[in-house]
Amino acid sequence: MPPTTPRPSPRATPAAGTGDALESTTRAFDANTRRALADTNLQDALARLSHGFPARRRDAVARMPEFEQLRDAARDIKVHVLENLDAYLERFEARVKDNGGQVHWARDAAEARDLILGICRDVGARTVTKSKSMIGEEIAINEHLENNGVEPVETDLGEYIIQLRHEPPSHLIAPAIHLSKTQVAETFRKVHEQFPAERSLEEPRVLLDEARSVLRSRYFEADVGLTGANMLVAETGSVVVVTNEGNADLTQSLPRVHVVIASIEKVVPTLEDATAILRVLARSATGQEMSVYTTFSSGPRRPGDLDGPDAYHVIILDNGRSKMLGGDFHEMLRCIRCGACLNHCPVYKSIGGHAYGWVYSGPMGAVLTPNLIGLEDTGKLPNASTLCGKCEEICPMRIPLPKMLRHWREQQFATRQTPATSRAGMKLWAFLARRPALYRLATGTAMAVLGMLGRRRGRFRTLPMVGGWTAARDLPAPQGPTFSSLWKQRNGGTS
Amino acid sequence: MSEARTQILATIRGSLKRGSLPAEGQAALDQRLGQPRSGPIPARSQLDPVARIDLFVGEAERVDATVDRVAGAAEIPTAIATYLAGRNLPGIIKMAPDPALRAIPWSENTALSVTEGPGVGDDMVSVTTAFAGVAETGTLVLLSGPEAPTTLNFVPDTHIVVIDAGCIAGTYEQVWTEIRAAVGGPLPRTVNWITGPSRTADIEQTLLLGAHGPRRLHIVVVENRDPENG
Ligand code: SF4
Repeated sequence: MPPTTPRPSPRATPAAGTGDALESTTRAFDANTRRALADTNLQDALARLSHGFPARRRDAVARMPEFEQLRDAARDIKVHVLENLDAYLERFEARVKDNGGQVHWARDAAEARDLILGICRDVGARTVTKSKSMIGEEIAINEHLENNGVEPVETDLGEYIIQLRHEPPSHLIAPAIHLSKTQVAETFRKVHEQFPAERSLEEPRVLLDEARSVLRSRYFEADVGLTGANMLVAETGSVVVVTNEGNADLTQSLPRVHVVIASIEKVVPTLEDATAILRVLARSATGQEMSVYTTFSSGPRRPGDLDGPDAYHVIILDNGRSKMLGGDFHEMLRCIRCGACLNHCPVYKSIGGHAYGWVYSGPMGAVLTPNLIGLEDTGKLPNASTLCGKCEEICPMRIPLPKMLRHWREQQFATRQTPATSRAGMKLWAFLARRPALYRLATGTAMAVLGMLGRRRGRFRTLPMVGGWTAARDLPAPQGPTFSSLWKQRNGGTS
Repeated sequence: MSEARTQILATIRGSLKRGSLPAEGQAALDQRLGQPRSGPIPARSQLDPVARIDLFVGEAERVDATVDRVAGAAEIPTAIATYLAGRNLPGIIKMAPDPALRAIPWSENTALSVTEGPGVGDDMVSVTTAFAGVAETGTLVLLSGPEAPTTLNFVPDTHIVVIDAGCIAGTYEQVWTEIRAAVGGPLPRTVNWITGPSRTADIEQTLLLGAHGPRRLHIVVVENRDPENG
């Protein structure tokens, strides 16, 4: 058995009555990070990810000369939707009802959990099959169902594996990306007691076939199928769900009841708008041209249909999003959860998803999580970034993630959540910045000293005061005069 | 929960610093919803019919579907029987109760056993039709209905789709226009876009076909050629 370090387990019981979804371990971000950097299984997995996803995305983009135009179009659709969000949600609701479905609204995680449990109880459900849903993670629905005697069964292979291991997902679209096949085999050997103990579980193919055979009967037994939604179409009242495995389709077509849980910003106007966004989604996510299964479902079984659910419910969840509208984090609501910003982020690629301590990780998580569960517990996240700008460059929806990370840092500073040394440093900088002559003298001197000190290697391994920075990376030594002295030279002395 | 609804909508409006959309705003939305606009259309799918079918076939094969092109409907049973035999699959088919499929002379030249109904646990092979194909990505578009149970697309190990070459469009947008014209009312309960057989890369990023849906997707394109000149 390879050495495995115990992981932080954010899957705690939901805090009662607050609407909070699940406890985060984000406060322990530093310790999480150290653990992640020392975990060789995880580092191998992250190396695989860094080589896989970005290269495949690059190839897909190369095959699509219009990709930049498609990004603009996708962004513009969401910009328009957010300006008219209330009206589009009302239209969507009306169309779902026309189709014979029901719509429920949930202000927070607790309300959403109760709505789902209520639907399950009304039909006497014992088993619920689930297709991967980040909102499901956000509201910690599995624990709630379990605690109330309903068994949730994850059907996405990655989600199934982490459910067996009682772990949270570590990536938006590849939830078990942090695990090796050996770890998966150990888990299956332990849990799938119906198979011979000594069977070979070396190959991923064998692991997949075993999971497939176990889940087959679960699909047919389930009373309720719970899915998320990639989009909601106002024009037709359709729910769009995208998968590669086909699990969402078995989840929504076999049980008697289909429940969809979706957050408010998922709505788009028309089928054409959904199509425009689908053109950038898979390319950005996995580098596929289109995912294998894209399903537009509109209501329950119709007269004469031989299959499909008898009842169809859509739960529309807010959970803090309506307050993000119109503010500093408005643009984050354009996110389509493709995962590209994770795959291209130097921080994510070093520490993986679990270190972020809650459901969402990478740059999008660092921006979104404080919005959803508060900055107090998550203050480390906006600082877990080098602001290198790769995420914004890659984001299909052109979300200015670095700008929003800076907003959080500013808010932290304003609310005195920044550590004392940083605050003192910033104060000193502000004092100098208001006094140009002194500033030039101070920075000039500092640069000269740093330049001399770092000259031999061109980089610093450690520097006083900024150990947090140099612990995991080197700081390039200054290579010449300061910016302001260069500016002065260029402009002939006028500054 | 209507209290939740009221509060969510009020918070949205408050954040957007306005009340409900005024009448002209509502009218603009009505117009946008009533006359759907297409986004940018990739040039690669703008082809003449022959090249479009070739692109469809090429893209479908790129995502691990297999494609058979037959001259006419009469050739379908033999083509499918040959495909199944070549993979050691049983000649037992669960077929969608679709008039176009019923019209095919299944038992004339083959020993295929054909039944109808939705997809159930031990079905190995299904045969359905598709409403359309999308050449841009080799995608099939299937509509559910009494003649087209959607479970046939997901439960069996092998899914065989019969499509008329004339139904292969360049883009998804063209297919939406055709669906609206064909159904004239609400969308069918499910519209399934299918691009290749099911797959996963959840274990160590190893790509494996046959996750929960079909392991194989086989497309039979019926070209309706004159067999003499085809
Ligand atoms: S922020 Fe952008 S890149 Fe990141 S998941 Fe969302 S849409 Fe994708």
